Amino acid sequence: MLAKRIIPCLDVDAGRVVKGTHFVNLVDAGDPVEQAQYYDEEGADELVFLDITATSDRRAILIEMVKKVATAIHVPFTVGGGVRSVEDMREILRAGADKISINSAAVAHPELISEGARAFGSQCVVVAIDAKWDHDHWRVFTHGGRRATDLDAVEWAVEAERRGAGELLVTSMDRDGTQDGFDLPLLKAITQKVNIPVIASGGAGKISHFIDAVREAGVDAVLAASLFHFRQLRIRDLKEAMKHHGIPVRTVS
Amino acid sequence: MISVIDYNGGNLFSVLKALDALGARAQVLTDPEQFSGGKILIPGVGAFGDAMQHLRRTGFDTFLREQAQAGTPILGICLGMQLLFEQSEEAPGEAGLGLLNGEVRRFRGDLKVPHMGWNQIEPRPKRRMLAGVQSGDYVYFAHSYFVPASGHSFEAATCEYGQRFVAVIEQDQLFAVQFHPEKSHRVGMRILKNFIEL
Repeated sequence: MLAKRIIPCLDVDAGRVVKGTHFVNLVDAGDPVEQAQYYDEEGADELVFLDITATSDRRAILIEMVKKVATAIHVPFTVGGGVRSVEDMREILRAGADKISINSAAVAHPELISEGARAFGSQCVVVAIDAKWDHDHWRVFTHGGRRATDLDAVEWAVEAERRGAGELLVTSMDRDGTQDGFDLPLLKAITQKVNIPVIASGGAGKISHFIDAVREAGVDAVLAASLFHFRQLRIRDLKEAMKHHGIPVRTVS
Repeated sequence: MISVIDYNGGNLFSVLKALDALGARAQVLTDPEQFSGGKILIPGVGAFGDAMQHLRRTGFDTFLREQAQAGTPILGICLGMQLLFEQSEEAPGEAGLGLLNGEVRRFRGDLKVPHMGWNQIEPRPKRRMLAGVQSGDYVYFAHSYFVPASGHSFEAATCEYGQRFVAVIEQDQLFAVQFHPEKSHRVGMRILKNFIEL
């Protein structure tokens, strides 16, 4: 059975992990390689690195980081943040990343999705959608949630799929950081409309939230950051619990 | 020495690093002339049609057929496995390498496509590539096209996604995997090691 994936998200700035794992026996909590190895051993199915202050002059630092991570771990990982062109995508993929996550640039230039899919295959192209409830629909935001768009999140998800996205990373801005649980209605609205894998993000606080996202919203993967970094929840414990509830997960011996 | 064929697919880095981590010497071939013996690895990124056109343009298609006939161990990964077949629904009319009989199909129906993530494989007993691999072990897949399982003797392991498809191929010195062993944690590294140690 295709397993439901558990994905820790790491924010990086100038090649360093910020808000990194605490209380872990790491020599350097800001070192992306140590973080990646830690999560690899914990049984993370995939990793997401988000370059939170991506600028073109820092691209070289990011590329170096991607190469080091790709050398250190043997599970797939996604890189996002500031990716604006097919050339940006190519450079990161050639450095060893498996997928590229695009957000603001995809909204500004939706053809970037299809160009990326044509050049590298849909499986390399993740469209990240930051959504917030607005009266009667979920509105898409870009630029790290600072800029509102006119897009409806569900409609945008459908268009991203049509243009060749291989996966959607859906973050609820209403739930992000609250640990109140994933935004099930948002996720369900999207999984019912698209036929590509959906990663749930924003709001994870305890084990039952992950189970609900899979069972009730039909997502294929769940992402969390601080919950894992601060070791409020260990991935191996989460997977044991999900398995106990009959959800297929990959366990690492 | 393992020669990794570069057919403009892109990401060779992960495969090369995985081989390096396992202590194998590897080189990238951009031209068949550069081959100096040893094993051959056909990595897997990109599209069937583009890849076959590139292989033909560079003479790798003839080279690979000759090497397969000569008994050189060859491992195809993901698209590199699909290229071994006669044709694919991804590029109708485009001939594959034809080293194995059969057609590559696209996942259809209610399934989410690509088939992306960790899925379980069912190995058949006594396959060299699968020494140390257990029934139900998880490996990482990312593909939209597949080879249907039909009980053929070259099928060394299968996987289920909507229907049963071929996950591992083993026929004499010809090997292939539909998943990405370089991204499949310990199970994948074991499979690569098995190939290295053939």
